[in-house]
Amino acid sequence: MSFIANTDAQRAEMLEAIGVASVDELFSSIPDALRPQSFRLPPPRSEHEVMEYFRKLSQRNYAHLTGFLGGGFYDHFIPAAVDALASRGEFFTAYTPYQPELSQGTLQAIYEYQTQICRLTGMAAANASMYDGGTAIYEACQMALHATGRSRIVIGGGVNPVYRKMLYSYTANLEIDFTEIPVTHGQSDREAVFAALGEDVAGVILQNPNFFGVIDDHEDIVTHCHERGILVIQSVYPIAMAMLKPPGAIGVDIAVGEGQSLGIPLAFGGPYLGFMATSKKLVRKMPGRIAGRTLDRNGREAFVLTLQAREQHIRREKATSNICTNQGLCALRAHIYLSVIGKEGLKEVAQLCHAKAEYAKERFKAIPGVSVMESSPTFNEFTVRLPADASEVAGRLVERGIAPGLPLGRYYPGMENYLLVAVTEKRTKAEIGHFAEVLADVLTTYWDFANEQSARIDIQGRRS
Amino acid sequence: MSIIFEKSVTGRRGVSLPACDVPPASGIPGPCLREEAAELCELSELDVVRHFTALSRLNFGIDTGFYPLGSCTMKFNPRVSERIAGLEGFAQLHPFLPQLRSGGMLAQGALQLLYELERVLCEIAGMKAFTLQPLAGAHGELTGMMLIAAYHRAKGNRKHVVLIPDEAHGTNPSSAGITGYTTQAVPTDPVSGMLDLVALESMLNDDTAAIMLTNPNTLGIFNSEIERVVEMAHRYDAQVYYDGANLNAIMGKFRPGDAGIDVMHINVHKTFATPHGGGGPGAGPVGVREHLVPFLPISRIQKRQDNTYVLDYDQPQSIGYVAPFYGNFSILVRAYAYILLNGGRGLIDVSENAVLNANYVMHALKGRYELPYDRPCMHECVFSASRQAEYGVHATDIAKALIDRGYHPPTVYFPLIVKEAMMVEPTETESKETLDGFIAAMLEIADEVEQAPESFADRPRLAPVCRPDEVQAARAMDVCFNG
Amino acid sequence: MSESDRKYAKSHEWAKLEGDVVVVGISDHAQKELGDITFVELPTVGTSVHAGGECGVVESVKAASDIYAPIGGDVVAVNGALEDAPELINQEPFAGGWILKLQPADVTELDALMSAADYDATL
Repeated sequence: MSFIANTDAQRAEMLEAIGVASVDELFSSIPDALRPQSFRLPPPRSEHEVMEYFRKLSQRNYAHLTGFLGGGFYDHFIPAAVDALASRGEFFTAYTPYQPELSQGTLQAIYEYQTQICRLTGMAAANASMYDGGTAIYEACQMALHATGRSRIVIGGGVNPVYRKMLYSYTANLEIDFTEIPVTHGQSDREAVFAALGEDVAGVILQNPNFFGVIDDHEDIVTHCHERGILVIQSVYPIAMAMLKPPGAIGVDIAVGEGQSLGIPLAFGGPYLGFMATSKKLVRKMPGRIAGRTLDRNGREAFVLTLQAREQHIRREKATSNICTNQGLCALRAHIYLSVIGKEGLKEVAQLCHAKAEYAKERFKAIPGVSVMESSPTFNEFTVRLPADASEVAGRLVERGIAPGLPLGRYYPGMENYLLVAVTEKRTKAEIGHFAEVLADVLTTYWDFANEQSARIDIQGRRS
Repeated sequence: MSIIFEKSVTGRRGVSLPACDVPPASGIPGPCLREEAAELCELSELDVVRHFTALSRLNFGIDTGFYPLGSCTMKFNPRVSERIAGLEGFAQLHPFLPQLRSGGMLAQGALQLLYELERVLCEIAGMKAFTLQPLAGAHGELTGMMLIAAYHRAKGNRKHVVLIPDEAHGTNPSSAGITGYTTQAVPTDPVSGMLDLVALESMLNDDTAAIMLTNPNTLGIFNSEIERVVEMAHRYDAQVYYDGANLNAIMGKFRPGDAGIDVMHINVHKTFATPHGGGGPGAGPVGVREHLVPFLPISRIQKRQDNTYVLDYDQPQSIGYVAPFYGNFSILVRAYAYILLNGGRGLIDVSENAVLNANYVMHALKGRYELPYDRPCMHECVFSASRQAEYGVHATDIAKALIDRGYHPPTVYFPLIVKEAMMVEPTETESKETLDGFIAAMLEIADEVEQAPESFADRPRLAPVCRPDEVQAARAMDVCFNG
Repeated sequence: MSESDRKYAKSHEWAKLEGDVVVVGISDHAQKELGDITFVELPTVGTSVHAGGECGVVESVKAASDIYAPIGGDVVAVNGALEDAPELINQEPFAGGWILKLQPADVTELDALMSAADYDATL
């Protein structure tokens, strides 16, 4: 299947107009010695054949499991309007709005998206998006370093471990010091945080709810930081913002987060949406695209990209950000999602998520050998301790059609028996009940036939 | 058009959600709760559909018309790719699924797809291995520079300078800078339009960590001495980075790996027709030669002897994580679909037709617009509006006049080394009729410049707005609706 | 033509000795090259800079340009009026558009700068 319009006859006319005998003449600047040594690729295939090939591949993925996996990425309901509107060709086949006259749709949508993010987070200004929640944290960290001229970043152990790994990778070649703060009772250890706030600290990165789903009121940390000229970066879960105190209300300087929950499919890891919002004071230090409202030469309201002078194609090696474009289409999806879900709808989504997660906790507590970590309140995700390796238990639940949550051992050594369970508004009471029953059943069966595991379980004293 | 928040009516709803089938919960302490609801819109679904439909009609996309925006490869985006990316088995797949015990077995389709895409990219580019993780072209550059830094660190090399030709892509210097390198610009030879080898020789030394090449460069010219550049750099153990943003010109004609390039990225949203989405998302896979493979980001997809696929996290020399998971998966799906649709022969046709179309436009316009480097171009050509500027009409004015004639303008004022630059990239999916229409419009404009140069100031007249006040926008910073 | 009562740096700043402090701004040529100034990032009073060190940023729609200290010293004052009216740099680059005042570490560093005539000859 080719998408080339010109016919052989047209090509011949064009070559004649140019004054060359063949297309290959146009490639004469590529020396023969540099021509490909190999170019072995499949033959062209029809649209139907390609569709079927991918359909078969897609069917080999277990996307249909009843999902309790979260870890920062959630299976939320996406209203049909999001797909229908975001797939309009005028949006998705346009590019960065370099020509404002031809991009008022994109530009106004970005401006409105920025407003949605500001209202959700309680901040003064948002940018038009970053690649994902992890790059947003990295960019926020750079902002703090540049704004303060200091060199140390303090980061909570409750910040998504994937994002922490990304941050450390990105900064491996730079002279930045990091202090990681342990998590105590599910929350940032206050003593450790306050002890870490030295004169060289540029910013503190926190997450709410944190990776364990725990809600943490960071207001006290913000106060301590601001007394020392330290900026506070808070990564938040946008759905929870309908219910929880937003970063703007406690004086956070830079709010960031993963916007996937706002109408963007899980899609095996992307594309997602990093959002970032900041205070009025720091807005000119915020990287990324920003749309502003102004007037045109005839006095009509118009939208343009603004603060572009600091972008990397202009500022070149002095640019402080690597974000060149944005996640335009994902930001558009988030905007459509928030528009159609609306003020009451988002509150309802948040309440449903929270209530169902609390119900799931109650069900799990009743399972012998399982304990729910309850020392701090949670939103829609919580940690359970199992009487066996969580990864192995999860494997057995998968066989019964359930993706039960994320085993924590990979990211938190010593927590091999812990499972992080997320519940969204899509899960029904019956599905949650079924999950609890299957878990109980699997554990009983597992204990019965895997005697060699029992000793370890006995030592830990978790067997009931 | 009014802002969506101005359309909001208290009490109106757009979507219905399932009734709560569990007891209500209220265990969150008061101080943690939001005091006032977030002031989101209250609209019906129809209100929302009309609002976004109206916004979309203020936009120009490839679907609306010819979009010869140089350096951006605005080619047709096949609809089947959208349908494929939307398949439930892809769209609903949770990225943490492989982390469950034997979880890799739950995502075999996705892993196979990514593995196969890596292999075809290796064949297209002549590289040893690819990582699909970088989330955009500039992100690919950053990843590439991180790989180079890791390589030098592992060898104990103390190098701190990256050389970048001034005809390279504008994002290169910042990618090097963010990785901790200082950059130096290598000048362009004014006659050939290629980087000046004498200057390069004088700049290369033991401090040189890398050189970043864009080939074909931003003038649309292929540097036929690329092998020599690579050899010169390798003498100092400097790594050669290849910005593959212009891959659309060279498929089946040249493979960077064959010339000894060490590391490169591909903008799949350009070459492999994934939608640009009003500025993203894209994807920027990075390819390397053998010696850089150990440094690639975590995780790597391996194929086992039993033809199953597994994610390998055991990469002790890896630069670590550059993306949360495996890259912008659904963009990569679209790219692979496009490659399979075209096949190897089709990809060669893509490049041949992209180059033919660009030369056709160049040839037709070079009599009326200044062509600073008059030689066959690759997939794009760069004019200068310098002749028109003598009449007081600048590149931006020509751009605005094109808008009134129904065309998206070329890239203007880039590359920086050409004054009044107008960079035209027609792409292979445009027909001769479309190109002829564009050429006629450009020639009419050239006439008009000479006859009525004063008529350009208030263009465009037919667009929804005309030349928004960017100065006022940057000073006032109205970036959030507070009405 | 640049004002002849002060000295100029290659990077287009001017420096004028007033009493024992040196006032710094950017030249008329520089403001014209940048176009309409939209924002000025001022240094913090009290910071020390060396000659050639960065001490602020001038932004227009098309560029963000560093301001380099023409001589070394401590920043003793900044032009707060620019926060609300950055266009002062366009309107009065040599007067109301001044950017900062330095207490020079070594006033003889001024001698290394160009005269107005020499500076204009470089443009």
